[in-house]
Amino acid sequence: MADNVWILGITMTKFGKHPDKDVVDLGAMAAMGALADAGVTMREMGVLAAGNLMNASAGFGQQLQKQIGQTGIPVYNVANACATGATALRTVIMAIKSGEVDMGLAVGVEKLAGAGLLGGGGRGKSDAKVWSPSGRYGAVTPTDGRVGTDAMPGTFAQVGMEYGHKYGEVSFETFAKISEKNHAHSTLNPLAAYSKRFTLDEIMNDMMIAYPNTRAMCSANCDGAAAAVVVSEAKLRTLSLEQQRRAVKVSASVLTTDPYEEACQILPNVNTLTRNAAKVAYEAAGVGPSDLDLVELHDCFATAELVHYDNLMLCPEGGAVDFFESGAPWRDGSTPVNVSGGLQSKGHPISATGIANVWEICHHLRGEAGDRQIEGAKVGLAHVIGLGSACGVHILEKSGL
Amino acid sequence: MTDTSAPAQVPLVDYLVLGDQPHLVANQCTGCGARFFDRRNACAGCFGTEFTKVDIATEGEVRSFTIVTFAAPGVPVPFVAAVVDCGGTSVRANIINTDPDPQHVKLGMKVRLATYSLGSDDNGTEAIGFGFEPA
Repeated sequence: MADNVWILGITMTKFGKHPDKDVVDLGAMAAMGALADAGVTMREMGVLAAGNLMNASAGFGQQLQKQIGQTGIPVYNVANACATGATALRTVIMAIKSGEVDMGLAVGVEKLAGAGLLGGGGRGKSDAKVWSPSGRYGAVTPTDGRVGTDAMPGTFAQVGMEYGHKYGEVSFETFAKISEKNHAHSTLNPLAAYSKRFTLDEIMNDMMIAYPNTRAMCSANCDGAAAAVVVSEAKLRTLSLEQQRRAVKVSASVLTTDPYEEACQILPNVNTLTRNAAKVAYEAAGVGPSDLDLVELHDCFATAELVHYDNLMLCPEGGAVDFFESGAPWRDGSTPVNVSGGLQSKGHPISATGIANVWEICHHLRGEAGDRQIEGAKVGLAHVIGLGSACGVHILEKSGL
Repeated sequence: MTDTSAPAQVPLVDYLVLGDQPHLVANQCTGCGARFFDRRNACAGCFGTEFTKVDIATEGEVRSFTIVTFAAPGVPVPFVAAVVDCGGTSVRANIINTDPDPQHVKLGMKVRLATYSLGSDDNGTEAIGFGFEPA
């Protein structure tokens, strides 16, 4: 049986604006932070997996090595939409599980401050002068805005509205209250891009982007990086007692894509692949949703958070609204969700997100989360979705060593 | 000879069929019945490689929607983007010919296919788009 895998060191940079640092600087800051947190150096790393989605063909991992240590180890440059960070982490975990290496480094970084709307290609200045079919749909001119929307806010708005159609209409106010929760949580997170509490009125009356998502209900584009050092259990047991005590066990690491279903060709289905990943993860970890002390899930929009309560089985099927209205996902509730502030306020530097949410869980499991510590946290789950689609789920457990 | 035919029309996308009764067509997998609006190398559901053309119902029900008020440059707002269930086949389209607000667009609303002109190109060819309007 494959050895257990542990997080030995992990860090995230402050999310927000870093005008004085380029992508490699930010990545290096996170990587060196994770190595220092782990009490090891690049010399011990057997593998590096690195993600930077906006420059996915640039060989970011090799660029990073030149700033933090060129030791000749294999680099996997990964790109998997908003699941890029989780994919980098899982790549290192798989390398360790395979037995080829006993320690590795995963890094995710993005510079997105001021990036604006993602997903919509726009139409250029004017339509074509001669209608001429092109592409797989034989379109004679760009279809964004003519045949639905390509942009993320409207795509995820439809994901939330579809849930309402299936299980009973969800009000604009309910979606806005989810955002109110996350912004409230962010006030305790010094690394969040935005840590301002908003009233429900302020959220609902903010600029409407794609009904029912107002600006405050959308994830915040920002700069940021996160990195993790991963170690095999056999290697961990040779390290210091302090390293063993602070290490966090990776009880499950799962990556899925969307299986074919009717309608997935016209609206990405972010539900089934999340549910599939969660099922496998709970089984692998031997825990259930009720065992989770905290959850960081992919609230790229308020409408997305609602459906993932259900997809991660934090509530009975169809019960996401009741789950939310019961207060369960608030930090003093039965299943605290996004106590970091989530993507809506902590921010969403794409490739960093899938490691930063694992950092948040580890921070609590280690008892190091300060003012926002969830007392006695022993088990947590981190979830990301990359549209297209990819879903990463990691279940982490406090060290018993 | 003088060309007396009406100005030519082209559909916005190749799965829109124009004429007296405009409708959408899909590529249906002969193995499992999965329907795709784009061409596929093999079926995403069963990996079969044979497809036939099928007409899609022109009436349906709104299964999900959003009202987009902020879009990429060059995309006029507001518009309603929706998922319409046309007799079991989901269609991506705008809801048109009604006010784009939550008072006029509802989940479960009955709608039907409608076409409109996108204007003519330099050769005088008119492009025709489609959407769904309240039935």
